[in-house]
Amino acid sequence: MQVGVLALQGDFREHLNALTQCGVQGVEVRTPLELEKIDALIIPGGESTTIVSLAKTFEIFEPIKKRIAKGMPTYGSCAGMIMLADHIVAAKDGQETFGGIDITVRRNAFGRQVDSFESDISAPAISNSPIRAIFIRAPWVEKIGKGVEVLASFQGSDGASHAVAVRQGHLLATAFHPEITDDFSVHRYFLEKVCT
Amino acid sequence: MAQESGTSRVKRGMAEMLKGGVIMDVVNVEQAKIAEDAGAVAVMALERVPADIRAQGGVARMSDPDMIAAIQAAVSIPVMAKARIGHFVEAQILQSLGVDYIDESEVLTPTDYTNHINKWDFTVPFVCGATNLGEALRRINEGAAMIRSKGEAGTGDVSNAMTHMRQIGGEIRRLTSMREDELYVAAKEMQAPYDLVKEVAANGKLPVVLFTAGGIATPADAALMMQMGADGVFIGSGIFKSGDPKSRASACVKATTFYNDPKVVGDASRGLGEAMVGINVADLPAPHRLSERGW
Repeated sequence: MQVGVLALQGDFREHLNALTQCGVQGVEVRTPLELEKIDALIIPGGESTTIVSLAKTFEIFEPIKKRIAKGMPTYGSCAGMIMLADHIVAAKDGQETFGGIDITVRRNAFGRQVDSFESDISAPAISNSPIRAIFIRAPWVEKIGKGVEVLASFQGSDGASHAVAVRQGHLLATAFHPEITDDFSVHRYFLEKVCT
Repeated sequence: MAQESGTSRVKRGMAEMLKGGVIMDVVNVEQAKIAEDAGAVAVMALERVPADIRAQGGVARMSDPDMIAAIQAAVSIPVMAKARIGHFVEAQILQSLGVDYIDESEVLTPTDYTNHINKWDFTVPFVCGATNLGEALRRINEGAAMIRSKGEAGTGDVSNAMTHMRQIGGEIRRLTSMREDELYVAAKEMQAPYDLVKEVAANGKLPVVLFTAGGIATPADAALMMQMGADGVFIGSGIFKSGDPKSRASACVKATTFYNDPKVVGDASRGLGEAMVGINVADLPAPHRLSERGW
């Protein structure tokens, strides 16, 4: 199985490193041709507006959207979660997503960079031990549709608990960045449980 | 569960998310929106771009909080702002405004000719300029979570950016070939903390993200800096002092992603109108060289 990492912008090298740590050689994906050669995709952290703009310019937006709709296993962290959400709020006017997961995601929900944080979170489906989650101008899931499994939640500044890791079939999304920690259990879960 | 904000991982991680992107200087809401539409990963809100600071002279300071707040309200991407070197109260104000990154910048008139800001005191992360590895590591030691090579801001002449990237890259490569006993001397000579020198020698790279700044005016300049090992680029005057900022902004974003593909960079370079006129760094009298500010 060939796993690709969308390498238009963001921390794609950290995802490639996480894959290497899991014993998988990932490849960078920037063009429709490179997309054809992969079986699974990771959408990295970065700026979702930049990633959409570049994906459209280089005509890989629609091909990715189609592959996701056809069942390509895909994992998105932070900006990647936004890209996989069917609906987004607090977005740039007219901002589009690849979609696929029946959720509404609020961009920058946890606040600006001064509000960014790290914390242990519990995600029993992914790991028996707590996961150190890094939230950077992170989104959260505001509404959850049918068939979406919540893997982890966290309390927001509004006092309510919000989903921060979700799965719907072949699609996985986290609001946090496991790729910049040394704990690659989310990547292992993606490779072992979601991709198979 | 307990939340920790302002940790090194959270601060440095923010810069990781900007990698492969272009951060653009903007002086008003309209420019900020053009930058966001063009695919900028962040904007730097300031009252005058470096080329104007250079032309108009006088003391350059932190921007008006109203202007920064207006830009924050107008765009969804991160907003950075500049504080003067050593002016920790400007930095406190910027943090209270909720800017996403502070640039302790030599482009503004320095406040303290001996000390930089103690950046560990802040929750907001800082980016600082550097012309060589020792300077970069001194800034990191003071708490900088991102480094940019300085170049010579406001000139449109990319030669100093090139010099600084070669300098930083070359010094890193030399460290990786040294014996441990030689690293002690290297640390002494570059006036940098030994622990950081040792870390760079072991990893072959800085412990934080390294962007390039200063004099980048064309898509080719941006791609050049990426090929020289930059993680991303700051473009100051290069965009909004050009003939067609909208097209140039978007062209620089494309070239930064596809920096290794001459065809894409070439196509992005077509029909952009006039680049900023620029000044040769060699023609600048020494007191007007901003890259020599910072210690």
